[in-house]
Amino acid sequence: MYRIEQHPILPIPARKSISLTWKGGPLEALEGETLSAALFAAGIRVFGHHAKDGAAQGIFCANGQCAQCLVLADGIPVKSCMELVRPGMRVEPVEGLPELPSVDAAVAGTAKPRPVETLHVPVLVIGGGPAGLSAGIELGKRGIETLIIDDKHRLGGKLVLQTHRFFGSIEAVYAGTRGIDIATRLEHEVRAFPHVRVWLQSAALAVYSDKTVGVLVEGRRYVLVKPDVLLTTAGAREKNLAFPGNTLPGVYGAGAFQTLVNRDLVKPTGRLFIVGGGNVGLIAGYHALQAGISVVGLVEILAECGGYKVHRDKLARLGVPIYTSHTVLSANGTDAVGSVTIARVDARFKPVAGTERSFDCDTVLIAVGLDPVNEFHEKAREFGLPSFAAGDAEEIAEASAAIFSGKIRGLEVARALGHDVGEISPDWYRTADILKSHPGKTTPEQTPADAAGVFPVIHCHQEIPCDPCTGVCPNDLIEMDETDIRLLPSFVGEKSGKGCTGCEKCVAICPGLAITLVDYRKDADFPTVAIPFEFLKDTLKAGDTVTVEDTLGNALGRVEVGAVKAIKANDRTVIVKVRAPREYANKIAGIRVQPAEVGEPLGRYVERTAEDTVICRCERVTAGDIRKLIREGVRDINEIKSVTRASMGSCGAKTCTPLIHRLFREEGVPESEIVDQPKRPLFLEVSLGVFAGLGQEEDGHGRE
Amino acid sequence: MVGNKSYDVVIVGAGSVGAPAALSLAETGLRVLVIDQYPSVGQGSNKRAIGGLRATHSDPAKIRLCLRSLEIFSTWQERFGDKIEWRKGGYSFVAYRGEEERTLKELLVVQKNYGLNIDWLDAKALLGVIPDLNPESLIGGTFSPDDGHASPLLAIHAFYSRAKKLGAEFRFQERVTGYDIDGGQIRGVRTDKGAYAAAVVVNAAGPWGAEMAALAGIDVPVRPDSHEGAVTEAVARFLEPMVVDIRPVAGSANYYFYQHDTGQVIFCITPSPSIWGMDVRETSSFLPMVARRMVELIPRLKNLRVRRTWRGLYPMTPDGFPIVGWTRELKGYMLAVGMCGQGFMLGPGLGELLARMVLGTTDEKDRQTLSYLSPYREFKGQEKLK
Repeated sequence: MYRIEQHPILPIPARKSISLTWKGGPLEALEGETLSAALFAAGIRVFGHHAKDGAAQGIFCANGQCAQCLVLADGIPVKSCMELVRPGMRVEPVEGLPELPSVDAAVAGTAKPRPVETLHVPVLVIGGGPAGLSAGIELGKRGIETLIIDDKHRLGGKLVLQTHRFFGSIEAVYAGTRGIDIATRLEHEVRAFPHVRVWLQSAALAVYSDKTVGVLVEGRRYVLVKPDVLLTTAGAREKNLAFPGNTLPGVYGAGAFQTLVNRDLVKPTGRLFIVGGGNVGLIAGYHALQAGISVVGLVEILAECGGYKVHRDKLARLGVPIYTSHTVLSANGTDAVGSVTIARVDARFKPVAGTERSFDCDTVLIAVGLDPVNEFHEKAREFGLPSFAAGDAEEIAEASAAIFSGKIRGLEVARALGHDVGEISPDWYRTADILKSHPGKTTPEQTPADAAGVFPVIHCHQEIPCDPCTGVCPNDLIEMDETDIRLLPSFVGEKSGKGCTGCEKCVAICPGLAITLVDYRKDADFPTVAIPFEFLKDTLKAGDTVTVEDTLGNALGRVEVGAVKAIKANDRTVIVKVRAPREYANKIAGIRVQPAEVGEPLGRYVERTAEDTVICRCERVTAGDIRKLIREGVRDINEIKSVTRASMGSCGAKTCTPLIHRLFREEGVPESEIVDQPKRPLFLEVSLGVFAGLGQEEDGHGRE
Repeated sequence: MVGNKSYDVVIVGAGSVGAPAALSLAETGLRVLVIDQYPSVGQGSNKRAIGGLRATHSDPAKIRLCLRSLEIFSTWQERFGDKIEWRKGGYSFVAYRGEEERTLKELLVVQKNYGLNIDWLDAKALLGVIPDLNPESLIGGTFSPDDGHASPLLAIHAFYSRAKKLGAEFRFQERVTGYDIDGGQIRGVRTDKGAYAAAVVVNAAGPWGAEMAALAGIDVPVRPDSHEGAVTEAVARFLEPMVVDIRPVAGSANYYFYQHDTGQVIFCITPSPSIWGMDVRETSSFLPMVARRMVELIPRLKNLRVRRTWRGLYPMTPDGFPIVGWTRELKGYMLAVGMCGQGFMLGPGLGELLARMVLGTTDEKDRQTLSYLSPYREFKGQEKLK
């Protein structure tokens, strides 16, 4: 019902259908998918109600980190985003506190617990994403015994969700290749090393003071791993935002959304609203459009989006309204999101009365930044276990940066183990820094005045670390200062007597979809413009009339599509050729996809009172509860925790801690006065039976 | 900062003993200051306590103090409105072997003599109270329905808030560095941030009690060992009493657990041999050790998920009984230390006793209680049910 049947980038595998039950009724699922995917595919988004206040619960992180998506599977509470479907599974919502499944004491009492396995490894890598795999490759090359664990069902981390071509440097990090394909390449490479072992569906639970790491293997086996060196490449978790209605099912992170859409291939929403104009929010909007989902709008509280300008421009051109200097006021609804209310902010980021607007939508994505998953690294360091971190777990940056920092850290780990890795080139560290860098300066656009021959127009005006366009031109006509891939590329009309051949390779490779090719050779008055397009080929056909737009998304005119070219060499980037008047042909950067009416606000805005703002979503503690204590003079988050239970929930204070800090900030309390609560294991909830060495085989649960 | 503000009483330690003691003293109208090294109330050992409250001990001192504590805990919400998650779930010590049956039954005689509401239940009756117990080899156990449990975090905060309301002052993130002593009489307390005058100083510093007493040149035989505990996810109610299994096995002595008011199960185990010292960092051995025993005792627990673990300190004394009393060496200096892991349940009753000692209004029963807990006793015996 809510499945993605076709996708311009992702293959839709044929999977066997299996039957489950939900609340006693039939639920069709596809083999190998998660329970949450099956539920979303059936249009079910409320997975239960909270014991404290009856609030509806559903997907939040889709990443196994929180427990908002808990359901009962054959009587056992499980995280639906991590649990795979099994034929005949009886799935029930969790209404209030779940019943602890009863067992036959006489039978269960005879179960023989296995002793806990311990395992010594030279290197344990937590997280098989871009950084962990890259490190694993370097370690594998040197024959160092390495164990990579990852809590997901396949390697690649968040790369497997990235349908777009990567930025960065071709030489260092596969730039120009799609994230999903980089994942596959890295996986193949790492799997080729006999000394690198991979445990999938295996999550780190704790780093203990005796320098061991507790690992839950496939949900049922507990292993104590004793590494000589720990490398944490566990990525990031999404920051949340406090506003009324912020815990309604349908309000969740952009990463969760990408998981549902690009991994689970479900259409979790019809109308989406995005909060946050960083790369994560901008890319999520793009992925939504690719999946056939309407993007009603995007708010960014700053005056400019923080993400790459090419991402912002691309989204604007496709027809998504971007509201800068705006914030979200509330998500409205009771058991589901019905609308979102936004407002303009003043110079102090306070909403301006009278500027409120509401939009019809069923999902609000929060993309307001990421926090490193660094608790394992921190604990290891506290306990004196040699420890490194790479990728987002070390510092939040692009995946391209994670690949490179993983490589470097891999060598550093090898060196820490006494291997001679020689001098790690200072160039590597420099490249790592470049890949991590934030967008630099923006140069005003200068449209070329040429009106003859054929040439590319580069609609890329902001300094970002990216160079694929410089590597594809057969005549080497796109240049960039070789010392720094952050500088802008430029087209040099000819070299050694050779000019642009109109091959379109630069058009297809640009990750920002920011290069067009204008060809005046056939018709100088109505040149042909080749535009990159990452939607289904059938979306457009020759003879269609489309609205073309300039770089920023301003409409230039309506023109006719001459041809739609989808060739294998262009790797799913379709090239649409339009014929446009010479007056604006050079200015064309893209084609509008989404009609303007999608972004129309509601006639009047929907108001929601502030009491609904939840800070600790696990224990349902509101902003008001915590603010009251702060105003009474409380500065120790431990005390807030004791009194309100905020941060005592299943997510382990991962979600609320930054929000509590924010409340302190809003109350004018300097960061130096705040005392944080300690981080303690476990980082995931695990049943006593697993620790007892019983596994779960005895009663048939947890089997794949 | 120049201090020298003066108080009637300074309490060192805003924990399970210090906070209720401050409340009791403030209730009498005395000017009280509590000093603690941590940033807020109960951040030493109190927050690490699992919350069990029982009067079913084996000596009159602890029985008396805890009976009074139970009255205070059980009536707190109706008297003052704060939710402290008190629940009268009872305590049950279970027996699967003749040794434990004998030990428990011997104690039962003593406990009944003190008028405690506790009885022996045979296996069938015990299964009526704890239906999920492993019936295999179960002999029976004690059940004391008037015992219970509460949230140490909420309870101490309630005591603290009320003490403050009654005028008690608290200074956090402040370390006691010494005392002002004049002719064998205490005159005040010095800290890293100031100095405070008082003719009475109460050492309620828990695991730091010996260190604090040493600053006054007084030797107190308190040294902490550590126990790890954990809390699970919340589930619908399936268990009422605190379950205690005192069978020793390799690596551990007793362990105990209960289902808190929130539906979470909280549990703790006593390592054997004891792990002495102040280390409260998490270990990898705890969960497998305790889980194995709990799941064997109540197989249904195997599907219950553990949320968080921690390690706390038990300020132990040579005989397992607290050390409470005025010191002979230093007039005005009172010890209320060495609670041996029972500070939370002793706290409110003990706080009232300390107030009576300061006011000089102790009665005959108090004096008897204090004789058991005297810092100058011989420390010869050994507490049977730690």
